[in-house]
Amino acid sequence: MCRIGAIKSLNYVHPSTALHLMNSQQKGHDNSGFAMVMQDLGGIFADYKDKPTLSLACTDEGLQITEEILGVLGFRQVFQWAPETNWKPGMDIKKMPNYVFRTFDYPDYCRDMSQRDKEELLTNTRLRIRAALEKDETGFVYSFWPDVITLKEIGDPRDIGTFFGLWEPDESFTARTITAQCRQNTNYAIVRYAAHPFFLQGYVTLTNGENTFYQKNKEFQSTLHPGYLGFESDSQCFLYTMHYMHRRLGWPLQYYKHIITPLPFEEVVKREDKEELLAIRQSLAHLEINGPNTIIGTLPDFTMWVVCDAKKLRPIVVGRTEDTVVFSSEVCGINEILPGRDWESDIYPNEREIVVVDNNLEVQRWKQ
Amino acid sequence: METVKINDLACNDLPWKVIYDTKRCTLCGSCVSACSFGAIKPKVERRRKSFSDTETPEPKISFSATPVITQVNILKHFCRGCGVCERVCPNSAIRSERNPDSRFNVVYQATTASGPKRGGRNNLEVQARTLDTLRVGRISQMTDPSLDAERHTFDCLAPLGRVLPAQNLPFTLGPDGKLTKTGQTPPLNWIYPIIIGDMSIGALSWRMWEAVSMAVAYLNEECGLPVRQCSGEGGMPVRLLKSKYLKYVILQIASGHFGWNRIIKAMPHMVEDPAGVLIKIGQGAKPGDGGLLMAAKVASHIQSIRGVPKSDLLSPPNHQGLYSIEESVQKMFLSFNAAFKFRVPVAIKVAASATSVSVFNNLVRDPYNIVGGFFLDGIDGGTGAAHDISLDHTGHPVVSKLRDCYQAACAQGRQGQIPLWAAGGLGKTGNLAADAFKMFCLGANGVFTGKLMLQLAGCLGNEHSRCNACNTGLCPAGITTQEPLLVKRLNPDKVAENIVNYFLGVDKELRKLMAPIGNSSLPVGRSDCLISTDKAVADRLQVQYVC
Ligand code: SF4
Ligand code: SF4
Repeated sequence: MCRIGAIKSLNYVHPSTALHLMNSQQKGHDNSGFAMVMQDLGGIFADYKDKPTLSLACTDEGLQITEEILGVLGFRQVFQWAPETNWKPGMDIKKMPNYVFRTFDYPDYCRDMSQRDKEELLTNTRLRIRAALEKDETGFVYSFWPDVITLKEIGDPRDIGTFFGLWEPDESFTARTITAQCRQNTNYAIVRYAAHPFFLQGYVTLTNGENTFYQKNKEFQSTLHPGYLGFESDSQCFLYTMHYMHRRLGWPLQYYKHIITPLPFEEVVKREDKEELLAIRQSLAHLEINGPNTIIGTLPDFTMWVVCDAKKLRPIVVGRTEDTVVFSSEVCGINEILPGRDWESDIYPNEREIVVVDNNLEVQRWKQ
Repeated sequence: METVKINDLACNDLPWKVIYDTKRCTLCGSCVSACSFGAIKPKVERRRKSFSDTETPEPKISFSATPVITQVNILKHFCRGCGVCERVCPNSAIRSERNPDSRFNVVYQATTASGPKRGGRNNLEVQARTLDTLRVGRISQMTDPSLDAERHTFDCLAPLGRVLPAQNLPFTLGPDGKLTKTGQTPPLNWIYPIIIGDMSIGALSWRMWEAVSMAVAYLNEECGLPVRQCSGEGGMPVRLLKSKYLKYVILQIASGHFGWNRIIKAMPHMVEDPAGVLIKIGQGAKPGDGGLLMAAKVASHIQSIRGVPKSDLLSPPNHQGLYSIEESVQKMFLSFNAAFKFRVPVAIKVAASATSVSVFNNLVRDPYNIVGGFFLDGIDGGTGAAHDISLDHTGHPVVSKLRDCYQAACAQGRQGQIPLWAAGGLGKTGNLAADAFKMFCLGANGVFTGKLMLQLAGCLGNEHSRCNACNTGLCPAGITTQEPLLVKRLNPDKVAENIVNYFLGVDKELRKLMAPIGNSSLPVGRSDCLISTDKAVADRLQVQYVC
């Protein structure tokens, strides 16, 4: 089973906190990998919030290919950070030759572009790089977006932490929103892209569970947007549905539950908004999900949310202090990083709600 | 020159032989009066007996006149093998037996200058069914738990009506963050995913039709299963049209437009909208043929509902005036949508055919969004009456065609926009839930069934040519006849009860199949949970091959 965790704080948090959050739950996952997305960056990236940062793991050849593509498109590098890696024999990690975190300035021709067009350019660029690297498996590009860093690696999360020097907290590499997960995709082939969290245009999701409507979701989504691809994991569907609903259709977050786990007909017909809910169910029947799962996600404005399947077959706890909110599969994770909190105010979300945390850390529970 | 009359019809030319045992027969006459086809009659045979009544043998001959029951060798009265005689005989003195040496097809045509006709079923040669090579093979275990069929809630409903793509929904986002529907969307009803298929009030006896209607009303009002029934071509009793039960009926219009005069006249008096309108273009059992109701079945109430004299009623093979899909979309759909003020979904029924996908594509791409369902009827479907030649040599199985249509929709990202409903031999082996479930997984939103209802009513026919005389108006079970004496054989309350019980059973079984794959709503398009033991089937349907 997966374990997932997320941290949202008023202060900048170092990834070591995420490692501690996940490490305490290690009996529940299989220590097969570590992946995290950091958003709302601090430290060395704090000055580049409006510029896209590329997160890439690749071979030398892959790096060359990527540089070429970005060069041709006119992206100009303004900052780069390469983690200092410490490899020791016996470490359980399938490392890549290069880990690249580079921030770019938009090409000149973007000056008069709308924000939306710029965002499309970023996504198309990432997809181009992905396709080019896929040919000989020369690398993996996880995100190319302002204020976002993605790291994914296969191996023991403790060794991955040591390898990247992430156990020692410092001020230079921090974020106010971190989502993390400690398991490679063990259901299918081990592919780096299959590790949660998944990222697309500011949206992130990570899941503990399964999606038995994967095939329906996938068949429907694959024609909706060029960025809905890969499908290495059935959980990617949750991200694409959120992206489709929120960004493409422009519907508010609260409708996500109505799409993925619609209310039973007998309840819908009693509701005032039954016409809208039935129309949503009809039109998006192929985005409904089934199976046990808990999904944590973030929106482009860093709002963090969590939902469960309609039968609440997977656990999740939300714990909080004045300046930090933590989502965790197991409460021991929260105990580890927020030991002094008032545990009586912990929230155990139910199967019919969305728990939402905004940037002021106001926690809301929306009933479906 | 005198010859043996070799060309005269003999009983051993016929498909069934009546086996009769004089010794057991008490001449009660039950069989003769029960045989609705007049295939047996009493007659007197001259019997020769030699005997001796002295101590030493002195043979004498006596002749006697012995009454017996005998098979009739008249083409019009050939035995159908229905077995009613055997059922009514108190002494097991009579039964029918299939005649493997039958010359029926030849002699029938040689005598009547036309081919044989039959009703009931198409599929007389029973081959291995595609659906039987499929299993639900993806079972939820461990991390993805199965559900509990008894305890969990399941949503077993299917849409009938046109579904708009989400980006075309007329939603306005209010300042409160709520979406409000501010425009018109096509009408759509969520109904039970199994429709009782189109069997007209002419094809069925009034008791049978009444039994189906009673069952449907009971399922809706007492059992909470929103099952719908399709009227078939030929209209409905005006009383029912004006009743609240109209909401459980899908009105059908076919090429003969039979019954629509009354329907249109009843419209101002309707207190409920019908559940839908189904435009029948074709029928799976006899594609390319229009409806056929033999004069024998055109009883007075049929004449009045349809507004016709007593004669063979033939619907033309296609709708006059419809020459293209665009026309069918524009003319028929618009007029029916308009007739019910765009409150009632209008769907189309076509026979599965090599061209079904093109028809479907045209409809799914129509910019007016008015086709509210694509009903695909396959070769194994039933029929009230048809020529043997159509039944035996035309048609297309439904399974792969349904899959093709679903995949065509997927390729365009339009799955679900026109709900797919499939039929044609579903439930033939008695388990409709399993067949329906597999069709859902292959992409059907729902299925429809007809013949199975006849089985539930006690139909004596089968896939091995037994009976299949629905076209004659002489149904021995009172199901497909308008002959008052025969109709009285049917107990409508019992039939309604059987249908209700069967549906309740199906509903439980659907849950029994949804639970192990961990789904609480219908698994439409979930071909990943099917496996096939037949490689060719697996490849064709794109499901996993297993061995
Ligand atoms: S089997 Fe049916 S048709 Fe044949 S003789 Fe008996 S009752 Fe008549
Ligand atoms: S019993 Fe009636 S319904 Fe059944 S096959 Fe015979 S004629 Fe048709």
